[in-house]
Amino acid sequence: MVEKVEKRAIVGWRNLALGCAILEAGSSTQLLTGTWRLQHPVIDQQLCNRCGLCYIYCPDMAIIKTPAGAYEHDLNYCKGCGICAEECPKKAITMVEEEE
Amino acid sequence: MPTRTPIEVSIAISKAVQQADVDVIAAYPITPQTHIVEHLSELVADGELQAAFINVESEHSALSAVIGAAAAGASTFTASCSQGLALMHEILFIAASLRLPIVMVVTTRALSGPISIWNDHSDIMAERDIGWLQVFCETGQEAYDAVLQAFRIVRDPKVQLPMMVNVDGFNLTHVIEPVYLFEQEEIRDYLPEHRQLLRLDIDHPLTMGPVGVPEVYTEAKKQVDAALVGAKPVVLAAWQEFAERYGRFYQPVETYQVEGAEIILLTMGVISRTAMSAVDRLRATGKPVGLVRLRLWRPFPLEELRNCVRHAKIIAVIDRHLSLGAHGGPVCLEVRAALYDLPERLRIFGFVLGLGGRDVTVADFLEIVDRAEHYAAAGQPEEYSLIGLREV
Repeated sequence: MVEKVEKRAIVGWRNLALGCAILEAGSSTQLLTGTWRLQHPVIDQQLCNRCGLCYIYCPDMAIIKTPAGAYEHDLNYCKGCGICAEECPKKAITMVEEEE
Repeated sequence: MPTRTPIEVSIAISKAVQQADVDVIAAYPITPQTHIVEHLSELVADGELQAAFINVESEHSALSAVIGAAAAGASTFTASCSQGLALMHEILFIAASLRLPIVMVVTTRALSGPISIWNDHSDIMAERDIGWLQVFCETGQEAYDAVLQAFRIVRDPKVQLPMMVNVDGFNLTHVIEPVYLFEQEEIRDYLPEHRQLLRLDIDHPLTMGPVGVPEVYTEAKKQVDAALVGAKPVVLAAWQEFAERYGRFYQPVETYQVEGAEIILLTMGVISRTAMSAVDRLRATGKPVGLVRLRLWRPFPLEELRNCVRHAKIIAVIDRHLSLGAHGGPVCLEVRAALYDLPERLRIFGFVLGLGGRDVTVADFLEIVDRAEHYAAAGQPEEYSLIGLREV
């Protein structure tokens, strides 16, 4: 199961680095683009044949391969674009509306 | 005892840049800025200024090159105006948003069209929101001093923003004036070593100019605005120390004969000298007229302006730019907004003159005072008045 990431990079203007500079590498992992999402994907693990096309097509690297070989979405970063659902040859992924 | 040297104001400006010991200059020639950068390129070529002079193919590239050099920690200078300044437009915002201490001289000139190489403020008035400190100069001495002061101000760790020194094209840049020029050792202690809090450094890698996602863009903008507004005490301290050291005192808002003045002319730049002559002539006839000159334009000197004019009855604001489709020139709109909350409402009238190099005369200011008095007595006038406009 993918763990939820705490927002650390998003600070108030008084704590922002001079000129909005980024002083450390890897800060984009702290920007939770999953908050932009209107729909989230749900995988039917019974239908999934582990082909990995969703993993390849995902533009945000928001699909994780588990040690057991299954695929899961990382909802910290999944923007809900639906490409994985569109490309899945087994129609194992469905997009579900986010609740208010 | 220092002596005054007759010198073309553009050359005096170049001298100030040389004395500030810049590292990198990148510029593209445009009338009437050319004498400044041509002279600087001569100083570099002759070995009298140890700096890199980068020849570029456009003003967009000039400011981009300066930003790159500044990001690496160099003390930098450029100059432009009019179409060249307009071509820099998108890069101007980036210099401020990256918090880079760049100094630039704008030799204010009309924007096309129609094509005009002559002086007004239409180029610079399109750059009000760029996040740079801005001053407008009246004399050659002031232009020379302002450039030196600008290097001091932008190098302050509390500022770390770019600054523009606006000098009226031709009407100030190309005149020969008596100017007190410093010996290098006189100015050395006033100008701190160039230092930058953040700079590109292989040993301490960082990212400058990243995407400002919606989660940080607002905060990034607030940071620049707070720095710009917060720069005013640094500006005042720099001018105060300059006065104590060298005896020339500058203020955000300069005044002339405002004591007891009921009618105040408000000007910016070199035409203020002509306005002073008009004030003298009117005062000689007993008319209580004074002059206020906005010197610091960004950050806007709200309190200083209010204090200078609060006892007057009528303010005639002179713009040298027509804000097409708006209800007045930009200076008038800002001044009116700044004075709206005063307990005693002033009558504020906007006048536009001197567009595209048209002469500004003492008679123009006499007419402005006359019209402002008439408007105040006869009720609401048109939204702005163009002085010297031919109707047919």
